[in-house]
Amino acid sequence: MLEWRRRREPSTLMLYASPLIAVALTMLIGMIVFTAMGYDGFHAVRDIFLTPFLEPQRWADLGVKAAPLVMIALGLAIGFRANVWNIGAEGQYVMGAIAGTGVALATHGMTGWWILPAMAVAGILGGMAWAAIPAFLRVKLQVSEILTSLMLTYVAVQGLYYLVRGPWKDPDGFNFPQTRMFSADQTLPAMAEGSLVHLGIPLAIVIAIVAWLVIEKTTAGYAVKVVGLAPAAARHGGFSANAVTWASLLAGGGLAGLAGLFEAAGPFGQLTPQFPTGYGFTAIIVAFLGRLNPLGIVFGGIVLAATYVGGEIAQTTVKLPQAATGMFQALLLFVLLATDVLVRYRIGWKVRAA
Amino acid sequence: MLVSILMTLVAASTPILLAALGELVVEKSGVLNLGVEGMMLCGAVAGFAVAYSTGSTGLGLVAAALAGVATAMVFAVLTLSLTANQVATGLALTIFGIGASSLIGAGFVGRTIARLGPVFPEALSGHPLLRAMFGHDIVVYLSLLLVLAVSLFLRRTRPGLILRAVGENDGSAHAIGYPVIGIRYGAIAFGGALAGLGGAYFSLALTPMWADRLTAGRGWIALALVVFAAWRPGRLLLGAYLFGAVMTLELQAKAAGVTWLAPEFLAMAPYLATIAVLTMMSLGRKSGRLDAPACLGKPFSAS
Repeated sequence: MLEWRRRREPSTLMLYASPLIAVALTMLIGMIVFTAMGYDGFHAVRDIFLTPFLEPQRWADLGVKAAPLVMIALGLAIGFRANVWNIGAEGQYVMGAIAGTGVALATHGMTGWWILPAMAVAGILGGMAWAAIPAFLRVKLQVSEILTSLMLTYVAVQGLYYLVRGPWKDPDGFNFPQTRMFSADQTLPAMAEGSLVHLGIPLAIVIAIVAWLVIEKTTAGYAVKVVGLAPAAARHGGFSANAVTWASLLAGGGLAGLAGLFEAAGPFGQLTPQFPTGYGFTAIIVAFLGRLNPLGIVFGGIVLAATYVGGEIAQTTVKLPQAATGMFQALLLFVLLATDVLVRYRIGWKVRAA
Repeated sequence: MLVSILMTLVAASTPILLAALGELVVEKSGVLNLGVEGMMLCGAVAGFAVAYSTGSTGLGLVAAALAGVATAMVFAVLTLSLTANQVATGLALTIFGIGASSLIGAGFVGRTIARLGPVFPEALSGHPLLRAMFGHDIVVYLSLLLVLAVSLFLRRTRPGLILRAVGENDGSAHAIGYPVIGIRYGAIAFGGALAGLGGAYFSLALTPMWADRLTAGRGWIALALVVFAAWRPGRLLLGAYLFGAVMTLELQAKAAGVTWLAPEFLAMAPYLATIAVLTMMSLGRKSGRLDAPACLGKPFSAS
C-alpha cells in the first residue's frame, strides 16, 4: 500500500520541481482528455506547449502575451503571500485602461513626449483606486476582499461597455462601440521597426527584478511574509496587518492598472468591448505557477503565454476550439495545487507494524 | 403585471438560492469553497448537453447535479485529502468551470431546447393569484423544500449537530470520534449538487439556450449571500429573493425602455448591491466575526 508521509521540513527540491512536474502532468492529462474528446491530443499538446517556443517568429507574440500576465501576477503574489486575496485584478486592469484612455482622449490632437507617461500614471492610479475600495472595506469593516474585488470587476467591465458605447464612442467610427485610435504619441513605441515587441515587455522584467529585491531584501517584503505566515508573530513584531493589506492591494491594483494601460496603448491601440481579456484571472495561475516568487512568475508568465499562442496554433492545426486554451490553463492550476502536496509530503510504501 | 414581476423575481432568485444553500452547508462544516461559480457553470453545461441530446429536461437536471458533485469532488480531494489551500483551490475550480463549460458548450452555442415548464396542470394556474403560487417549475418548489429541509437538518437533527460541531471545532469533533474529513466530503458533495442544479436553472429554465459564461457571476453573489444570511437558511431565502428583486428591476427597466439610465448601469446593480450588502452586514456587527463557523477555511489534519 502506498501512503503519504509528512516531511519533517518542506522539501526545497520539490518547491522548485513541483511546477515543472505540474506542467508535465498537465500535458499528459491534456493529451488523454483531448484524445478522448476526439481530437489529436498528441499534436494539440505539442502545439500548445512546445510549438510557440520552437518557432522564433512566435517569440514576439509570447512576450506580448507574457508581459501583462507577469505584471499582474507580481502584484497578486505580494497579496497572496500575506493572505490578501485580490481576485479582482481583471477589474483593476480594465480601470487602468479606462483611466489611461481618459488621458488619451483628453489629449486628442496634441503631441508631446509627456502624453504617454501621463497615460501610464493615470493607468496606475486607476488600478490603485479600484483596488483601494476592497482595501478600505477590508481594513475598516472586515469585508472580505475576495468578494468585493471580484464584484468590482463586473462593475468595471460594465463601465467600459458604457463608455465605449456612449460618451467615448469614436465620432468617426461608423457607430462601432470603440474609442478613437490612439495617436503615435499615445502608443507604446515598438522596440524595433515593425516589431510587435513593445516597451511593456522589458519593463515587465525590470518590475519583476525590483519586486524580487523588495520581497527578498527589504523589511517591507519581510513584513508581508510574516503577516501571511504568522499573523500573531507579525503583531508581536510590530508589523501592521492593515498596512500590509493596503500595500499589497495598492501594489496589485497599480500593476494591474499599468498592465491594462499597456494593453490599451500597445496591442489594442484603443478601447473596445473586447478589451477585458481575462488576463486578470489567468494571472492568478501565473502567480501560483511562479510559486509567488517574482522570478518564478516570469517563468510562469511565459508558460501561460505559450498556452494562448499555442492555443491559436492548435486551432488551425488540429481544429481544437479556442475554449481549449482556458481548459488547459485551469487544468494546470489544478494539477499544480495537487502536486503542491509533494512539498510537504512524500509517497512511500506503507510498512506493516510487526 | 404584478404576478409576472413576481414570477420573474422567483425565477431569478432560484439559482442563487440553490447555490447559496449548498454553500451554506459546506461552510457550516468548516470548509470555504469559492468554486461555486465554476460548479454552477459545469452544471449548466452538463444539464444543457444532456437535455439537448435526450430531449428530457428532467435528465438534464439530474446530470447537472451529478456534474456539480463531480467537480466538487475534485475540490474535496485537493483540499481535504491533499490539504491544498481552500481559497486557491476554490479559485481553480471556478477557472476550471469557466474553461470546461466553454469547451463542452462550444458545440451548443445558439442551440435551444424546450424550457423547463410549470409542474402543476394549467387548470390550477388560470387565475393570476393561483399562478403566482402554482405556476412555477419543479426546481422552484424543490429549492423551497430544500431550504426547509436544510434548516431542520441543521437545527433539529443529530447529524446536523455533528456537522455544525465539525465546523465550529474540528479538533474536538475528531477527538470525540467523528470522521471530520468524511463529513466534510459529504457536505462538499451536497454543495456541489445544489450548485450544479442552480447552474442548470440558467440553461434549462431562465434562458433555454447555451451561451458562454451563462451564470455571469451569480455564483459569487451566492457566496456573498451566505455571509448576508449569517449562515441561517431562513435568512438565505429572504436574501436570495431580495437579490432576485434587484435583478428583476434590471429586467423590468430594460423592458420598459428606461432611457435616462444606461443599461450598463442597470447591469452593475446586482454587483453593487452585493458590495453594499456585505458592507452593511459588517457595519451592523461590531465584532466583525459575522457568526461565521469558527473553523471556516482552515485546513484539518488528523495527525
